Amino acid sequence: MSTQREWPLYEVFIRARGGLDHKHVGSIHAADARMAIEHARDVYTRRQEGISIWVVKSSEIVASDPAEADALFEPARDKVYRHPTFYDIPDEVKTL
Amino acid sequence: MSAVLPDRHFLYVLRLADSNLVLAQRLGELIGHAPALEEDLGIANVALDLLGQARLLLAHAGVLEGRGRDEDMLAFLRAEHEFLNATLTEQPNGDFGDTIARQFLYDSWQIELYGQLAQSADPTLAAIAAKALKETRYHLRYSAGWLVRLGDGTGESHARAHAALERLWPHTVELCDPDDIDAAMFAAGIGADLATVRRGWDRRIDETLAEATLERPATPPWRWYGKRGEHGEYLGRLLAEMQVLQRSHPGASW
Repeated sequence: MSTQREWPLYEVFIRARGGLDHKHVGSIHAADARMAIEHARDVYTRRQEGISIWVVKSSEIVASDPAEADALFEPARDKVYRHPTFYDIPDEVKTL
Repeated sequence: MSAVLPDRHFLYVLRLADSNLVLAQRLGELIGHAPALEEDLGIANVALDLLGQARLLLAHAGVLEGRGRDEDMLAFLRAEHEFLNATLTEQPNGDFGDTIARQFLYDSWQIELYGQLAQSADPTLAAIAAKALKETRYHLRYSAGWLVRLGDGTGESHARAHAALERLWPHTVELCDPDDIDAAMFAAGIGADLATVRRGWDRRIDETLAEATLERPATPPWRWYGKRGEHGEYLGRLLAEMQVLQRSHPGASW
């Protein structure tokens, strides 16, 4: 590839089992969406890590600004009553 | 299952094993050398699938032969003329277009073949084919996807993919050209009907080549028959590398 240009970056999300959420596992380069799924499969599911893959172009993700972290997250710190820690969770519920 | 054809049954399974083993070894040469990290892993995954299929088939062939040869003895202690792989699988990796074209031609054949072998009267062969069929579907998705990108890509990628198909085409004839072993195994309900395989193979090839804007090469006046043990110049060096450890240190293990 003498005229190699960088393929766009995709973020990869894997669902490990039915009932669980897709979790971010990393990123790969790919020329298009189909190739991104194949690369994600080849790179991140070699050891039976998942049953479902999402890929999202990294450039499509809108991120919060780290400089605004205080303004965004600090106000929640002293509001302990928002945590549902006062309930007993039944043993049957596995993946809450 | 017929009991009168043990030798042909052994050779039939050995052919399937050898094609997978040789192609796995070829693809293994690319590990660390593929054009991108993601393709490196993709090719390695295909190679490992093929090697896994080869091991199952070699072990089964060893049982059919009944002379106590296990998968390692069959893989590492046979000479070049005893290998019955299709010559397509021993062709060098070349550029990425060569590697992809070879893989696409092989996967398109294997998916049709395994589809039939999954119904084989030989229950072990049927089970191996059913397992391998799932892997082959992914291999074909990978190789066909890439062939379309290369064929329908830049002028250079199109030209290289076209040249690769022209180079490899003479090696595809034997895949669907039945000889006495193929015919006997089909008649016994063990092997595939290569006439049906050929129709499926043709359809898959034509569909993908059309999508890739590539022309189907003309059927060549010459052809290769690796499945009879007739090989070109490349297999010997591949086997030398694959077998050197076992031949230098017989019985070595870790």
